Order: sequence, then C-alpha cells, then structure tokens
Amino acid sequence: MSQLSSSGLDVRTPLDRGTGQVGSSIVHGEFRDKVHGSLLYAADHYGPGMLHGKVVRSPFPSARIISIDTSEARALPGVIAVLVADDVPKNVMGEEASGLGLERIQTPVLAEDRVRYMGEPVALIAAEKPHIAEAAAELVDVDYEPMPGVYDPEDALAGNAPLIHDQGNVLSDWRIARGDVDSAMEDAHHVVEGTYKTQAVDHAYLEPEAGVGWIDVDGVVTLRVATQVIEHATEVAAILGLPHNRVRVASTYMGGAFGGKEDMTVEPFLALLVWETERAVRMVWSRQESLLARPKRHPFVMRYRTAANADGKVLAQDIDIVGDAGAYPYLSPRVLFAAAVTAVGPYRVDHVRIRARAVFTNHVPNSAFRGFGAMQVVFGYESQMDRIASASGLTREEVRLRNFLASGDPLPTGEPVPTVPAVAATMRRALDALKPQSPAENSKLARGRGFACNMQPYGRTVFFGDKASAWIGFEADGTVIVRAGVTDLGGGQAASLAQIAAEVLGVDTSRVIVHIGDTHLTPLTGGTFATRQLYMSGNAVLHTARDLRNQMAPVAARLLGVQTDDLEFAGDAVRTRTGGVELSTAEWVSACGAEEVATAHLGTFHGESGSFDSRTGQGRTFPDYTFGTHAIQIEVDTETGTIKVLDYVACHDVGRAINPLRVEGQIHGGVAQGLGYALSEEILTEDGVSHSALFADYLIPTALDLPDITPIVLEEEPGKGPFGARGIGEPTIAPVAAAVASALEDAVGIRPDRLPFTPERVLEAINSQSR
Amino acid sequence: MADQRISLTINQRDVSVVVEPNETLLQVLRDGLGHMDVKYGCGEGVCGTCTVLFDGEPVNSCLMLGVQASGHTVTTVRGLIDDPEGRALQARFLEEGAAQCGYCTPGIVLTAYHLVRENRRATREDLRAGLAGNLCRCTGYVNILDAIESHLGRSRSHTEASV
Repeated sequence: MSQLSSSGLDVRTPLDRGTGQVGSSIVHGEFRDKVHGSLLYAADHYGPGMLHGKVVRSPFPSARIISIDTSEARALPGVIAVLVADDVPKNVMGEEASGLGLERIQTPVLAEDRVRYMGEPVALIAAEKPHIAEAAAELVDVDYEPMPGVYDPEDALAGNAPLIHDQGNVLSDWRIARGDVDSAMEDAHHVVEGTYKTQAVDHAYLEPEAGVGWIDVDGVVTLRVATQVIEHATEVAAILGLPHNRVRVASTYMGGAFGGKEDMTVEPFLALLVWETERAVRMVWSRQESLLARPKRHPFVMRYRTAANADGKVLAQDIDIVGDAGAYPYLSPRVLFAAAVTAVGPYRVDHVRIRARAVFTNHVPNSAFRGFGAMQVVFGYESQMDRIASASGLTREEVRLRNFLASGDPLPTGEPVPTVPAVAATMRRALDALKPQSPAENSKLARGRGFACNMQPYGRTVFFGDKASAWIGFEADGTVIVRAGVTDLGGGQAASLAQIAAEVLGVDTSRVIVHIGDTHLTPLTGGTFATRQLYMSGNAVLHTARDLRNQMAPVAARLLGVQTDDLEFAGDAVRTRTGGVELSTAEWVSACGAEEVATAHLGTFHGESGSFDSRTGQGRTFPDYTFGTHAIQIEVDTETGTIKVLDYVACHDVGRAINPLRVEGQIHGGVAQGLGYALSEEILTEDGVSHSALFADYLIPTALDLPDITPIVLEEEPGKGPFGARGIGEPTIAPVAAAVASALEDAVGIRPDRLPFTPERVLEAINSQSR
Repeated sequence: MADQRISLTINQRDVSVVVEPNETLLQVLRDGLGHMDVKYGCGEGVCGTCTVLFDGEPVNSCLMLGVQASGHTVTTVRGLIDDPEGRALQARFLEEGAAQCGYCTPGIVLTAYHLVRENRRATREDLRAGLAGNLCRCTGYVNILDAIESHLGRSRSHTEASV
C-alpha cells in the first residue's frame, strides 16, 4: 500500500494532459437510473418473510421511567420480538465527539430509567406486518413520571436549572482569543452590537431513514442502510458485543442526507432486532417520526460586539454563542467548534474573543446539518458588517473590501488562512450578475437588494488526522473498477471519483464503475460529511490512479519503444506523444498481465495533521475553506409582510470544477434550502412538545416559492482537493439568510435579528418601525 | 374486513393481487407487487414523492387504498420507458441534470409528463404551479423546469420576473 501525503504536493496539480473527463458535465452512472426510476434505495431492498422493525418512542420530553410492561405487546399474534434497554448488550452509543478530550456523556440506545426528549427510543418491536408492529408499539405499557424540563438553552445556564445530565448542562465551552479586545474596543471609533437568534430546522430529505438487515454467511450481521458513515459498523458491533468484523454496513445511494444521516439512524435498532430474531428485518421511519425525533440544526443565540476605526476597518470582535444541543451530545461540540472558528467570517480581525457553548435542553438532540455551525454565524457576522457600513458611512461593498482576508492573514485561531481567499472576486461577480433594480408596481411593494459573503470549511479538523483509501483495478478488456468506501448522498460523490480515475487512466468515464460504501468490500474513506469527500476520496483516487498508471507505464513504454515520459493516456489507449503508434487500454492491460505487472492498486491519502490547544484557543483547525458571495433582489409586500425573491445570484470560488453541472446543482440546492431557512422553515416546540411533526406543518420551498437561481462557478484560486478543487456541498447554503436580511434592510429599512423572516415577523418589524 | 383480490393494469400489464383492506395503494404497489420505483415520502399527501398516474391523472398513492385501484390503470415512472413522449422527457431530464438524489424524481417525472400532455404551451409559471405538489430538496427546481421547457421545444422562458 502506498502512503501519500498532502504535504509537499503542488496544490494545483496540472491536469494529466487533459483528457477532458474532469471538467466536463458528464452524465454518468447512477444518474440515468435515477431518472428512469430503477435505482434502489435503502427501503427498496425488501423480500418475502422480512420482519418489520418499529421504535417505541417517549411521548414526554422529560420523565422518569418507573416500569415497562411488554407482556401485552409480546402476546399480540404476529409479534416476533419486543426489546427494552435490559436486552441491549452494551446500551451506549456515540463517541467522544470533539476529538479534543471532552468528558463522555453517554447516550443510551434505548432509554433506561429516564427520557430526556420527546421521541426518545424506549423499546423495539419486530413483527410480521407493519400494522402489527404499530399495534404492538401501542401495547408497550411504559409508566412515566414527568419531570421538570429545560426548553431554552439560556435558561439551562441558570444556576437553579434542572440538570439534564449529572455532569451539568454545559456540554462544551470553546474559547478562542487573540490580541487585546478590551483596549481595541476602547480605542475604536465605532462599536456596534447585535444579538441574533436562529431556529431549529429539519433536513427534510425526501427519503426518510431506512434500512434492511440480516445475518449473512459466517454470522456477519449485515445492514444495508441509508447512512453517510458506514464506519459506524464498529459502534454497532460494540452495542451487540461482537468483534468488529462481524458487523458489515453497506450504504445505499441516499435520497438526500444533508448531515441528517451522519449520526446513526436505524442501524443499532435494526441490528438488535436482526440479532434477536435471526431473521431479515426492514425498518423504515415515517416522515412524522423523522420530523419528531431526528436531530435538527442547532438554534443559536449569538451576541456580537464589533469595533471599527473611523475608516471602517474592523479592529475587534467580542462574540458569545450559545447553541441548543438538545438532550444528548451527538455532534454538538464539533458544530459549536466550527462556529467559533468561523465566527468573524472572511475578514481579518486582530483582536478577538470568542466563546461558543453547547448547552443541553430537553429538545431533540441537534447535530450535523449542511453548514455545520459555520452557517448560523454568517447571519451574525454579515449583519455586523452591514452595521459597521452604516456607522462609518461606507457602502456595504466598501466596508468588506477594506476588511477581507488577504493571502496569509491570520484567522482568530492564529493560523494563517490556508489558501488564497478570492472572496472579493466572488463579491464582484455576484453583484455584477444581479439584475438591475426596477421600480415596484405600486407603493405597497418595496424592492431591495442585498448580499452576503461567507467562508465555509471543507475537510475535518486537522487534529483528527484524516485519511481515505481507494482501490483501482483494470479488467482484461480495459474497463476500470474503483472501490472506495464513500457514501453518496445524491450529490454525485461516486460519479466524481469515476471522472477522476478516467482522467488519469485515459479511459472514458463510461468505462469506469465505482463500488462504494461497504465496510467489508471497499477500502474505507471515512464518511461523506464536512464537505470532505472530494478533498479526501478525490485525492485518494487521484493518487492511487497515478500510482497504478506509473506502475504499468514501463510496459507500454517498452512495447512502443519510447520513454514513459513520452506516453499519453487518453481515448481508451496509450500512445506516444508524437502520435502514430498506440496500444489500446485492453492491449496494455494484457501486456502487463503477461509480464506479471499488477493491474490494480490500493492507495491511502493522508490529510494534513496538526494540533489545537483548547486552553488558548490557538492552533491548527480546518484544512481549508471555500469562499463565496450571494446577491439577492427581493420585493416586500408592506401590507402582508411577505417576501418575494425576484433574483438570486450565488458565486463560489471552487478552485476547479470536476463536474460543472453537479457543482451548479449543489449551488441550486444549497440556495433553495437556505431560502427555506431564511423565509419559512422552523421546528416549533412548546415545552419540548413538537408542533411540527407533520410535513403539512413544516413548510419547505415548492417550485412556486423559488426564483431561478443563477450559479456562478468561479475557478479562481486552487484549493486542496484533486486538480485544485475546493469543496462545494456546504458553502452554498450558508450565506442565504444573511443576504435576505441585507436586502430587507435595503427594501424597508428593517433588520430583524431573528430567523426565519416570516410574514408575521416582517410585518411586526415594519409596524414597530413606523410607530 | 377480509383480504380482497383485485385486478388492475400497471404499466400496460394486467395483474391480480390480494390486498388487505387497510393497505394503501403505495404499499400494494411496493411490497405487494415490487414496484420499487414508487417511493414513500410522507404518507400525508404533501410531498408528491409517491405520485403515480391513475387512469392518466397524477395522484398521491399514499392517500389511496389499494382496493380503490381495482379495475383501474396505474402508470409508474418505469412505465414511461415504453412511451415515446415519456422516454423523450426523461432524456431531457438527463441532459439538463434535472435530478440530484433522485428520490423525488419518479414523482416529478410523472407529474411533468402529465403537465406537458395537458398543455403544450405551458409557461414556466404554469409549470411551477403544476409542480407545486411535488417537493424536491436538492435541485431548487431550476434544472427540472429547464428540462420540461426543453421538452416543450424551447429554452428557459423569462415570463415571470419583470425585473
């Protein structure tokens, strides 16, 4: 196995003599199956005799469990198994999430003596029919004694707040500090303050959580599930008390995930029922279950104090962020860490004090969601930049131009910005492309323009020592198989690997098949999250393909009578650069076989490493960032408070677009999801009881609600992905709400400090302004 | 109520199946008959993911009972492959990149097929209204609308925003 390192690589690796596979909007592989309806998703792997799994969930947000009586449920004909906490060999899930050594707070697979949120799993059913499983769930008799709960993260910080876990209500408390904030504030010409509040929202992927499981040859518990992270297999093995090699997780192509399938969903429950019944089991969560009980995006309360000199140059930022973690840790410490690191945005600020806490409440646990903490803060820092602009009498563009990060500038963590930040270029391009403003039809309608800039990390924080492996091999006819443990959320993660392998090996992308996401059959790459997959697995495939080509090249060179440097790999052939002689890829593979030169290779790509000191808040954090600007024009109905989006331009510097069509798709989708966040979506709860457990009550944008989004894909400054690509999955959603806020101020002079900007809230702000 | 045997036509094939009285058409199509191209999305008739054509009209199969389909004709997205217009429309979806995760795609393609057959002169705004019952979380609908307009023989129209 070759060991590759990202250090010492030229960041913009030249295209391998440009065979045209990378950089093309190739429609490949699973895409055709999707449009024809033949792609199988997790719930589709159904066969005769499969049992149906069901989770029995808590109806209370905070209660003691006095007793559980399962006898009536067990007695129902067609019920095969009923499991409670005592039946789980090791009733704990969730690793220490921060990577920086926080105290472990345990998350039970099934609640034992206490429930901490409405929807928490309490028991499991396996039955012969879905409706029998439903009926049995009703018959599980749990005696609950309601307890006082905490439903606001700031309330949870109070000294007399009920404790959600014995260790206290603060899960993590990150601090980043640099310079002398207090002196800078005193010396400043302008100090602006703002408190910004964001809401819980649901991923609302169209495919609810699902999977099937069975016991395979050699007693291997096999789960085929919709998951972003097949590596959870080891955690499932621990829960069952089995060796790691006895649990296999294979991920299907997912019907959307957006971070919501990053923590385990059905896996432990399915595995327990399979293990207990020794039969194949399917578990599909209902939409209502998904809305009720799955992690959401963290609501934040963000308090900003920003100081600037007379020229609008930002001198200092003092920022306090409180995030609602919900009832269990999940990924909250990491989300709040990302928020802390990016809290000042793509600007140079020499004096910073940032505190970001994740606090327990009796809400459903919040966890990963596209944007991952670095999204909420855009609403904070961009609102503050607009306020500095007003205070200093500068345009919103000018104040940003005076503060943008330049190459090599320090971030609040003291580390330099890793690559060249082309944020100014994205701002210019987005604003130039926005349609000119024309007057509204009548005086009740007000039009306005706005924009927001952002920086979003891609890749895991470097102290995790990230790595990804891939195997690439030729078949005798010159076709190629790639094996890599990536999971595909729907963004074309597998297809981009095919394009990269094709580019390097000189074959057409249609001749590459990619096998993904199987802990027992594909080399592990780490999960698809943190916008890391193109960066990590893309590099793994790039370097493994190059090594494979290099190990086979001498055979072709000998046959063609040239040096390996004179070879060209393109068009399903190897030829000399001077033209004339060529070998088909199949002939080349066959010749290698005859000479016993291997035609397959396994390689591992190692991401950067580094350390972070959580006491000082200084050190290395994310490998790199993607920068962008979104510009928007809206029309506000001042009588109803409704906002209509007239035009939307989103520009991101992606370094290099591997597949421009898919990059544009990420931008379209991120903006659409961001507009839902900005304008309509909110998970409403009252004392921990959800009021948004129906899809009819949770409004995601329809075709009528969205404008024709204009994506601008900039290839300005190389990033750290293959061929200089930067990640694009998450950056596209993050600036939307801040851009809408900016346009609202332009249109009607109000600046709500709370999301979403529903008609009621906008109208209230307009009315309070005119009073 | 007892289980009931029903006969219906799915994608131009006559089939017969025993259904439970409380099974939805969606459940019958998927688990009873193996039409896994029909997807569950919400069970409330909100998202349109489970759309099928019922005697040619788009319906949410999660809101109908299987027994209601007795004697009727159902078309799923797989059935469009045998139809020249359906095939052509799917080709436009491929060209325009009008899918991402693909989970809503069967329902969207069927609704789009119905829209273009109903009105060859549908504007982009008409198409938006026609697709409002089919939610997509990945694409922002842009490429989907482009694909349908392309099928109707034109590039993107700009009838809606007079800015």
